[in-house]
Amino acid sequence: MNQASQEQTALSAPHILEYDYRRSLGPVLSRFFTGLRAGKIHGIKTQSGRVLVPPAEYDPETGEATTDEFVEVGPGGVVETWAWVESPRASHPLSQPFAFALIKLDGADTALLHAVDAGEASQMETGMRVTPRWAEESQGSIKDLSHFVPEAEGNADAPHPPAEATTDIVTPVHVEYTYSPGKAASRYLHGLKEGKIVGQASDSSGLVYVPPRGACPRDGVPTSREVEVSSKGTVVTLTIVRVPSENIKVELPYCTANILLDGADQSFTGLLQECNLDEVRIGMRVEAVWRDPSEWDYSSENIKHFRPIDEPDVPFEEIKEYC
Amino acid sequence: MAEHAAVIGIGQTDFDAKRVDVSQVGLIREAAQRALEDAQLSWSDIDAVVIGKAPDLFEGVMMPELFLAEALGCVGKPMLRVHTAGSVGGSTAIVAASLVQSGIHKRVLTVAYEKQSESNAMWALSIKLPFSQTLVAGAGGFFAPLIRGYMQRSGAPDDTGIRVALKDRLNALKNPVAHLKLPDVDFDMIANSPMLWDPVRYLETCPSSDGACALVIGNKESAAQERSAPPAWIHATQMKTEPTMFAKRDQVMPQAGLDCSAELYKKAGITDPRKEIDCAEIYVPFSWFEPMWMENLHFAPIGEGWRMTYEGATALDGDLPVNMSGGVLSTNAIGASGMVRFAEAAMQVRGQAGEHQVDGARKAVGHAYGGGSQYFSMWIVGDQPL
Repeated sequence: MNQASQEQTALSAPHILEYDYRRSLGPVLSRFFTGLRAGKIHGIKTQSGRVLVPPAEYDPETGEATTDEFVEVGPGGVVETWAWVESPRASHPLSQPFAFALIKLDGADTALLHAVDAGEASQMETGMRVTPRWAEESQGSIKDLSHFVPEAEGNADAPHPPAEATTDIVTPVHVEYTYSPGKAASRYLHGLKEGKIVGQASDSSGLVYVPPRGACPRDGVPTSREVEVSSKGTVVTLTIVRVPSENIKVELPYCTANILLDGADQSFTGLLQECNLDEVRIGMRVEAVWRDPSEWDYSSENIKHFRPIDEPDVPFEEIKEYC
Repeated sequence: MAEHAAVIGIGQTDFDAKRVDVSQVGLIREAAQRALEDAQLSWSDIDAVVIGKAPDLFEGVMMPELFLAEALGCVGKPMLRVHTAGSVGGSTAIVAASLVQSGIHKRVLTVAYEKQSESNAMWALSIKLPFSQTLVAGAGGFFAPLIRGYMQRSGAPDDTGIRVALKDRLNALKNPVAHLKLPDVDFDMIANSPMLWDPVRYLETCPSSDGACALVIGNKESAAQERSAPPAWIHATQMKTEPTMFAKRDQVMPQAGLDCSAELYKKAGITDPRKEIDCAEIYVPFSWFEPMWMENLHFAPIGEGWRMTYEGATALDGDLPVNMSGGVLSTNAIGASGMVRFAEAAMQVRGQAGEHQVDGARKAVGHAYGGGSQYFSMWIVGDQPL
């Protein structure tokens, strides 16, 4: 296989990783977020008397615990520095151009990072006074304080707070990747697309990897020779899964087996079906059951599952080093 | 090792399934402040901080060491973050110890944590990538087949795992900070608990916990200060790694673990570990890993580890008590779990373990492993300097 053909075959696909993390706030930040619901901004006093906003459980300069003395600050404050955002993104606090600013609220000794809606960049300057605008409906998050505006626009009335306290916040994480499985895995996936299982053999030891990894992890030597292996193999060990997992859409209970294909030197995990779960065992002979060729894609899902075949079990002694 | 180093302060949080009463920062500081109190030191006495946790996906905070620097009093001080999957608590303690042993620092604070309730570990460990099929159902889905492999090789009785779980769950009842406590636990309760990943039953599995563990490691001069408990001297530390997958890899009895423990004993001058070690706190997230690691740690010949469990050798009153704290089976804040093992070993030789104290413990092993049994970290601590 030459370099050019390797490059032609490299696959990639979008991959989205997302989860809504739920964070407990603890006593100090809970007080801060609950205050925002009522249009109040709380700081906390350090042992040396400085007022931290947002409040923290510790003095950032020393690591010592802060006092339990909360102080209401603002609502107005002074912009200490700022950066203009001409083209806001979906996750930004405002959809029109705005400034991210460090705002030192009246009565605070530290600056709060927030958004200022000033219309255009020429209206922003370090030292300008700003005042908050509150969200119409509380979400129990930093967005309860919607943004700041130049103080000349006048102070807003505090919102009517809902009764409950804010004790946790939801932080959605959404990351979009372009996932590339690499050249060796791409070659493997091209094989699967044609209904073949193609591994690669190590140049030094001849050991055959399925799926191939491009190099043998034992010594780092490339696995450049392609070897088509059998669709038949042996169960070297297994488990029966009876617990659900968010990312696995197989009906419970199901058997996953570490399967060593004939001609391969490393087992991989496969789904074992078309048999009673009390019959599955180490040493069992199995074969791949392929989907209809019309459904074949660049995917290990082209193999629907494995099923037992009518061949004698392989003695454990012969497979135990693959377990 | 140029300088002597000792554990001079230990702090653990209370562990629970959901510590919703605290923030991540509050959780970590709870352990750190308890360690500082135990060491009778303040934040300003600390020269450097080393933190560890398992994959960032568990809490969704990328590079948490950045925002934790101020929370751990690190302004103007060196801070390091360590990651070696589930073994990270152990390797974090080892990195902290090395900063003292090398003579670079006098007093190092090290903290390891996980707040698993902020997401779902099964999700975070079974991400589906394009082109592939996700079939391995979390850690249990990965390790259960290896356990079955061990059972087949060793011929161990089927109830060995139940016996391990019963021992660890009874030990947990003696540990005030342990997460999962089942006061009425008995053999039948474990045997009748649902099979999750055959052959691993529900009560043979670790829980998902929130919690943190912290240690203060000091040099000889710092260890000389009078405290409520004497120092635990670090006799030897060792780490070893191997790839997760390679042809003919022995996943049941990884070579990295065998080599790591052999080199650990050599460094500590130990020739007969079963006889010379008084107790061991090891990383057993699924009950059957006790006999497997007894062999991997050279406490038992290959194939014979289960006999130690079966004969009661690993019980609190046995000749080599194992997992006196109740182990990972009772408390598993993943990133913290390795350090909790190291801390328990130190508590034993300091005589601090209360109801789960092993009488006369003078040398103890702390052990952690992570990933697909590919990262190993271990230490031996003693009541006297080596």
